[in-house]
Amino acid sequence: MSREAFVNAAILLALLAVPLWALANDEPFTITLATRAAILALAGVGLNVALGLGGLVSLGHAVFFGIGGYAMGVLASHAQSYDPIMEAPFLIEGTKSMPIIWIAALVTSAIAALGIGALSLRTSGVYFIMITLAFGQMAYYFAIGWPAYGGEDGLSIYVRNGFPGLNTLDPIQFFAIAYTLLLLALLLVWRLSKSPFGLALNAARQSAARVETAGIRPYTLRLTAFVISGALTGLAGALFADLNRFVSPSMLSWQTSGEIMVFIILGGVGRLCAPVAGAGMFVLLEHWLGGTGEFWHIWLGAILLFVVLFARGGLIGALAGRGRTDG
Amino acid sequence: MTPRTFILAAAMAALPSLALADAHAGKVKVGMITTLSGGGAGLGIDVRDGFLLANKESGDRLDVVVEDDQRKPDIAVQLADKMIQSEKVDVMTGIIFSNLAMAVVPAAVAQGKFYLSPNAGPSALAGKGCHEDYFNVAWQNDNLHEAAGAYANKAGYRKSFILAPNYPAGKDALTGYKREFAGDVEGEVFTKLGQKDYAAEIAQIRASKADSVFFFLPGGMGISFLKQYADSGVDIPVIGPAFSFDQSILQAVGEAALGVRNTSQWNKDLDNAANAAFVEAFQAEYDRLPSLYASQGYDTARLLISAMDAADVGDRDAFRAALEAAKFDSVRGDFAFGPNHHPVQNIYVREVVKEGDVFTNKLIDVVLKDHADVYAADCKM
Amino acid sequence: MPTALLVEQLLNGLQAGMTLFLMAAGLTLVFGVMGLINLAHGSLYMVGAFAAAAVAAATGSFLLALAAALAAGAIAGVVVEMVVIRRLYDRDHLDQVLATFALILIFSEGTRWVFGSFPLQLDIPAWLAGPITLPGGIPYPLYRLTIIGIGLAVAIALWLLIERTRTGIRIRAGENDREMISALGVDISRLYTLVFALGAALAGLAGALVGAIQSVQVGMGEPVLILAFVVIVIGGIGSIRGALIGALLVGMTDTMGRILLPSLLATITDASMAASVGASLASMSVYILMAVVLVWRPSGLFGAAT
Repeated sequence: MSREAFVNAAILLALLAVPLWALANDEPFTITLATRAAILALAGVGLNVALGLGGLVSLGHAVFFGIGGYAMGVLASHAQSYDPIMEAPFLIEGTKSMPIIWIAALVTSAIAALGIGALSLRTSGVYFIMITLAFGQMAYYFAIGWPAYGGEDGLSIYVRNGFPGLNTLDPIQFFAIAYTLLLLALLLVWRLSKSPFGLALNAARQSAARVETAGIRPYTLRLTAFVISGALTGLAGALFADLNRFVSPSMLSWQTSGEIMVFIILGGVGRLCAPVAGAGMFVLLEHWLGGTGEFWHIWLGAILLFVVLFARGGLIGALAGRGRTDG
Repeated sequence: MTPRTFILAAAMAALPSLALADAHAGKVKVGMITTLSGGGAGLGIDVRDGFLLANKESGDRLDVVVEDDQRKPDIAVQLADKMIQSEKVDVMTGIIFSNLAMAVVPAAVAQGKFYLSPNAGPSALAGKGCHEDYFNVAWQNDNLHEAAGAYANKAGYRKSFILAPNYPAGKDALTGYKREFAGDVEGEVFTKLGQKDYAAEIAQIRASKADSVFFFLPGGMGISFLKQYADSGVDIPVIGPAFSFDQSILQAVGEAALGVRNTSQWNKDLDNAANAAFVEAFQAEYDRLPSLYASQGYDTARLLISAMDAADVGDRDAFRAALEAAKFDSVRGDFAFGPNHHPVQNIYVREVVKEGDVFTNKLIDVVLKDHADVYAADCKM
Repeated sequence: MPTALLVEQLLNGLQAGMTLFLMAAGLTLVFGVMGLINLAHGSLYMVGAFAAAAVAAATGSFLLALAAALAAGAIAGVVVEMVVIRRLYDRDHLDQVLATFALILIFSEGTRWVFGSFPLQLDIPAWLAGPITLPGGIPYPLYRLTIIGIGLAVAIALWLLIERTRTGIRIRAGENDREMISALGVDISRLYTLVFALGAALAGLAGALVGAIQSVQVGMGEPVLILAFVVIVIGGIGSIRGALIGALLVGMTDTMGRILLPSLLATITDASMAASVGASLASMSVYILMAVVLVWRPSGLFGAAT
């Protein structure tokens, strides 16, 4: 077992141990915090497919996070009011079942990622960062002005959606769902990075020309990565909305895109478990620094700056030593 | 009176109520979630300061936990979970913005907490979504806009140009104005949320045949609009709700706001003893004039303390009845709750004036007497 | 629409464009020469506005306030460049985005710490206040005309600087070949500090100019920053000419979209609905413009192909 694999296992075990400890000590809020960290980590794992594997710096992943959130909000609100979403040409009814909501979130955000990716990937570098930001802003303003689902007020879902056989209102059971999905996503990304597709994607990140001479279009590789990335982030969005029992356009704001990216940086770019370490650290900082007074954003900024300038490997880099050398 | 001697005097005055506090042993634990950082921080700081002032005057009978929601709904929800699950508060309050209130309030009252709103009053929580444990101590969102419409009738305006940001509160504002306004709407414009340049809209106003302009543009949007409107030379009178003419932002608008009429349920020169004491104490404590938001925070704490005198928070039905009775001296004079636990109160029109170097508001007239909201009919508790 | 109103709206679009150009010029210069994405450019705009408001309150002079904004922008620029930015030149875009995102947090809350949470006063000076009547009987605010004038002056000055001076030659050389220019004995790190300070000073100036007709408050920089990025991406990153054209395009699209879309929709649906849907479309219009331009020309209108 390499040192990084050891660190990864330790991080994942820590994320599991905290809520179990909280359960034993009757601290339900700590479980909620751990759930939040797991869900944000899942969003980061999604972005990491585009950013870490594909080298695609997307500043618009809040779109997929928000679409996932709204997939949950729209389906659950229609189920709540017994009012079908559409009747013609065929009937679509709302639902309060998590698995169906997850599928809807995955599919809708994948479709959005296909559309946005197909256009955005014609550009590269800064232009790519900015065009993804532009799509994010479009979605944000659309959601604010769109009256059907609450506009800026968002949608409240009074009771968390259900999962067969589980009581999702119990914090520890909902944590278990989020944690399991996070592990599955990590497994998928790990397998992906070792697959021929992942290797080709990695090669395209380092030298597009080299891949092209091998007869593979980098555009297709990147688009595939972008769609997988968007879909995973969308799934996280659906869970996040379920955690808060609420969805609103703030999930689509450019700050959200920035924060998802921050998780990866805090954890360490190019590491499998970076989003987990980063999201955990972010939730902790938010929780601790938020108690230090009105101006705690200064400290958050200072820490972030320090990590970017002086600790490029992030948390995992500091713990596991140098990772891949090409990053 | 120097601040120090004043605090001493206030402490002396508080002695009798201290003795009373001992009679009702045990404090009420209050969780306050409000906006203390980022762009909307000024409003939350005023609500908090007003609330804490009232608590201090009562001899700290409330045990208050204050948290910053950063104006983000998901943070607000998380803080609410924390206050309910680990702080085990009895009462929650503090939220400034309607979209955050919609995220937090339904879940909080569903989990058996009282919620007292010191600012936001979305229509969904006043009508079908009302709840016996949710009390609004400020206003229903439409109230001040309805008053603006009523004032426009009084002032003899026949044709209004109306504008607001393109989001739910903006749409409610225009609906509220049109509900009372008897004249015609000459033009209706929704601006981008957060927009700071209104040159194009002002040109449209100039070209229209309106005899009055109603606008709802809270915060920096209103500052920008008023400055640009004054500079454009268009002389059609403007009216708006108090939010763009509040003490906290008037200094930034400056001369451009002078003489503008605006509607509010409170002003610092409202003639009652509670208000005079509040305005003086607030200035002594914080060295600035209190704003509308500070008055709402102050009233919220005083309502809560009045209920503690009458009932124990553990006895939910008795405590709810004590809140409903609203037996406290509100800084806005007469105050009562309607059947949906939203205020029934007078709404006034004020004018922006300059006192020395400071821009502030002067009370002109009552526009709506004992005004309640239209959503109460939909509320089934 | 009557002609007078149309002319007035076109002027409004022009003025919005010129304001954006002041922001975008610095941003595109910094990117062109140093290859740096600076999200904190909006913070420098805010610093300029706050410095102007503080000096105007203390002295009552608008010209001194503008000078203070230029100076504060430049000084903040130099400090930030020397402490943080110069460590980012040879980093990838991701690091630059995040480090400057962190700077936004520090600047915003730091400003709130110093100046408090309430907006500051900054007024148009009496000698620039009020409207004047243009040929054709169109009343238009003198201050907005002044902004258009300053924008044009800055555009010309920048063109002269880059095309006609020694410093300009070095800047252009720096865009093309960094190793070459330092081999020629030019102190590259001083040149970089200078360029960054110049961009920061322009942002500070824009903040003060705009602050006088908008609101001077924490967080005022971010919305403008995003629009400025839209501008330089449309124009082609690194190109001053592109920034000017891009700024005018964005200013016009935004202004005309806000007026035309609701009235266009009003012909097919009722007024309230048209106002609301039109406004939604209008707030997306500049982003749609940007996406269309990039899909058509992936390196912007005047950008070098990558």
